[in-house]
Amino acid sequence: MTATTTDAHKTGGIGKDLIVYVCLLALAGLQFVIADQNIDASQMLTRMLAVACVEAGLAELFFMHLWSEKRTFLLFVVIFTVSVLLGMQYGWTDSFRMLVGSAPFSK
Amino acid sequence: MSQADLTMEGHSAGLTVGPAFSIPTKKLAMWLFIIADTMTFAACLVAYGFLRNGTPNWPRPFHSITNVALMTFILLTSSLTMLIGLRSARAGDKAGAFRWIMITAALGIVFAVLHIREWLELIDQGMLMFKNPWGTGLFGASFFSITGLHLTHVTSGVIALIVVGVRYQGGRYHADDIEVLGLYWHFVDLVWMFVVPLVYLLNLSH
Repeated sequence: MTATTTDAHKTGGIGKDLIVYVCLLALAGLQFVIADQNIDASQMLTRMLAVACVEAGLAELFFMHLWSEKRTFLLFVVIFTVSVLLGMQYGWTDSFRMLVGSAPFSK
Repeated sequence: MSQADLTMEGHSAGLTVGPAFSIPTKKLAMWLFIIADTMTFAACLVAYGFLRNGTPNWPRPFHSITNVALMTFILLTSSLTMLIGLRSARAGDKAGAFRWIMITAALGIVFAVLHIREWLELIDQGMLMFKNPWGTGLFGASFFSITGLHLTHVTSGVIALIVVGVRYQGGRYHADDIEVLGLYWHFVDLVWMFVVPLVYLLNLSH
């Protein structure tokens, strides 16, 4: 059995892709419903980002076939990406502090 | 055993070592590119978040979700057609794979046209890079930067889809190449899932 055939078996049939597609459409629709709610911006942002993360997870695992890759690679992608994003979040926070002239980084 | 034999043995032993994570090198390279590109988009979106949070008169110029909903639908559907194209390629159906890849490229073009049309409408309403009639001028800069970066990715993806599709049909590329390109296309779709809530839905005028 070739590697490609094995991959095809691992990733399942077109039915699975269709289910993931419908789920992604539903989640995208949910974001629009959240946008229509009468809540404050921070709550709206939290809910929308949570839905976006679920969408991204589904797309990565099933559309990009990360689920059928080796677990070590899956862990590598997740850990590397999350650590970069967290680092960036804190890095930007410090930059923002410098920008507005607050302690301790502006001194 | 001579020094030459030892060197040869050592060299061939090096060649038998498999690629990292046991995945093809091209695919690994694309994943590394995707992770690097994630940083680019994350930097833009995080910077946008700080600007939006720190600016009191942030504009909310979007009145309707129709256009952005249609664009989202088209991009998600293009991911599905890309997957069908990949499945056709793996099954050895060259004509089918080419057809689905071209459908994906066509959907990408429709997305880009809708995006440019939206830009032109906003420019007609007076929104430019550093000024707009609704509030802080930073809005135009961040909106055009983020959506422009994404649109550049979509345009590059469409060109790549056409080139890879044609070369696949000509026998120069294989199913693996389509899979690698598919990763890029799904990533473009994935980024849009974050751009929509942050840039569009949070700026809807209720």
